[in-house]
Amino acid sequence: MKIVVCIKQVPDTKGGVKFNPDGTLDRAAMLTIMNPDDKAGLEAALRLKDQYGAEVTVVTMGLPKAEEVLREAIAMGADKGILVTDRVLGGADTWATSTTIAGAIRNLEYDLIITGRQAIDGDTAQVGPQISEHLDIPVISYAQDIKVEGDYVIVNRQYEDRHHILKAKMPCLITALSELNEPRYMTPGGIFDAYDAEITVWGRKDLKDVDDANLGLAGSPTKIAKASDKVRKGAGEKVTLDTPDESADYIVNKLLEKHVI
Amino acid sequence: MDFSLSKKHEMARNLFKEFAETEVKPLAQETDETEHFPAETVKKMQKYGFMGIPIEKQYGGQGCDPLTYVMCVEELSKVCGTTGVIVSAHTSLCADPIQTYGTEAQKQKYLVPLANGEKLGAFGLTEPGAGTDAQGVQTKAVLDGDEWVLNGSKCFITNGKEADIYIIIAYTDIVEDKKGRKQKKFSAFIVEKGTPGFSFGTKEKKMGIRGSATYELIFEDCRIPKDNLLGARGKGFHVAMHTLDGGRIGIAAQALGIAEGALERTIEYTKERKQFGRSIAAQQNTQFQIADMATKVEAAKLLVYKAAMKKAQFQADKKTSYSVEAAMAKLYAAEVAMEVTTKAVQLHGGYGYIREYDIERMMRDAKITEIYEGTSEVQKMVIGANLLK
Repeated sequence: MKIVVCIKQVPDTKGGVKFNPDGTLDRAAMLTIMNPDDKAGLEAALRLKDQYGAEVTVVTMGLPKAEEVLREAIAMGADKGILVTDRVLGGADTWATSTTIAGAIRNLEYDLIITGRQAIDGDTAQVGPQISEHLDIPVISYAQDIKVEGDYVIVNRQYEDRHHILKAKMPCLITALSELNEPRYMTPGGIFDAYDAEITVWGRKDLKDVDDANLGLAGSPTKIAKASDKVRKGAGEKVTLDTPDESADYIVNKLLEKHVI
Repeated sequence: MDFSLSKKHEMARNLFKEFAETEVKPLAQETDETEHFPAETVKKMQKYGFMGIPIEKQYGGQGCDPLTYVMCVEELSKVCGTTGVIVSAHTSLCADPIQTYGTEAQKQKYLVPLANGEKLGAFGLTEPGAGTDAQGVQTKAVLDGDEWVLNGSKCFITNGKEADIYIIIAYTDIVEDKKGRKQKKFSAFIVEKGTPGFSFGTKEKKMGIRGSATYELIFEDCRIPKDNLLGARGKGFHVAMHTLDGGRIGIAAQALGIAEGALERTIEYTKERKQFGRSIAAQQNTQFQIADMATKVEAAKLLVYKAAMKKAQFQADKKTSYSVEAAMAKLYAAEVAMEVTTKAVQLHGGYGYIREYDIERMMRDAKITEIYEGTSEVQKMVIGANLLK
């Protein structure tokens, strides 16, 4: 079985968020991690590899430094890493990203594509399903459990109030929830191997059957009007009053003053 | 000279840090309080290859360099000194001498399960009458046909009873030196738990690293195969001293980790703790103390990493000696660990003396690093003797 896992290097929220003047994230300036949902998707692929035997290829689109996340995936047990990087691909929204990733995947053989449900930076949950549309294969989103039976996958899809058991013929695409599993750690030897491994680097010219009009910032229908980091609120006002009644009166007066009530 | 870590070492450090924070830190206090050997953590470390980091891949290890191993012990010890020494004693004192001195058959039989973590290792040199003075060793091995017969006892053995494979130093011959004085000649042996005649004495109740199992080992007509002699007959002292050179780098890494852990917690605490209307971090005394602590920790780190790199050179060229570097790293890192944890308790005030705060445990854990695998005084003997020979 051949599995392609799409992963993304996202800002580590512990390190703070920085923006470019055009409102997009300044990814080069931030600490980064593997997107948690993607990591769960990778773990799901590695479990299928452990159970059934599979070749796991990880694909990411990003800055050259995104190769780090591919090496992390290889240190966890993935077999190959492909980095899609090119200046003309920068500033992509979900449409341009999925077009790019699909263009890369068209060069690969696959039975299964696994993506995370959504990335913690964009939170759109659109790229996975869009890739399946571009490649014209079925998609099962929000996977909480994945089994393989012959040419089929059987997936438990989790919604807030229900779950569905779905069966799809491969090739197909699955989007994974971080709740799917507890991703494994890397191994020290795996890390050393990952740094000896060759990462395949593809640019615009390597993408198959894609139109330039659908790539990069120019090919992105989404335009960011403004983006900002969360503004820290002040320490607030602390008041200690003698009785609960006085406290209630104080709160009510404040709410009236601010026209909340 | 470039002091920055390579990307793969950075990634390895992040791995060890994440593992330590997630899997080890939550259990550290309980491990200390209950003196419970953290077998579950050891099992997890086995799964991720932490028990064979510097061992060659062909023998089930991870094939990494000594620096990676040192960073593992360091990161584990930042949160739990017990877990740090379990890995250090297993790797440096048991797996490493088999990798260095073992025959191919010994490597296949003993190194492979040690390196993949299936089995835990320990090392026995110290005896009630022999610590720094190796000539005091009373444990004796006599060749009887195809077997060695061991008699004697070892004390203060880390991973005792929990381990499966033990390196034991015993004397096998007595020779006369040039002045006619009798000298014991030692040999090293590989002994498996469960061998008839090999039993365990009391478990020691310790001041620190309380979760590590420290036992007395007893040998009463314990018969082991002739082939379990590790290295040449009569060369056991060399095996033991060389093993301890490596072990000292592991303990230096443990000491460094404890010091770093204490410093990190103290920085956090002094920023939060308010006195006279401002955080105590704003007081000049705190700043000066933290500056001293951090500077010494950094110096210790450079010595420890340098010793690890020197050991890597030894692996490439067996003529390289890293005794002095290992002794300097251990001497300095252990003293820094004691000094930094003591200051950390002081900066924590009353809370530093309370068991709920990690800092109290760290100060107790730090003390042993000045004692085991050669006291600070022994390190000075090693350094001095090498410089003045």
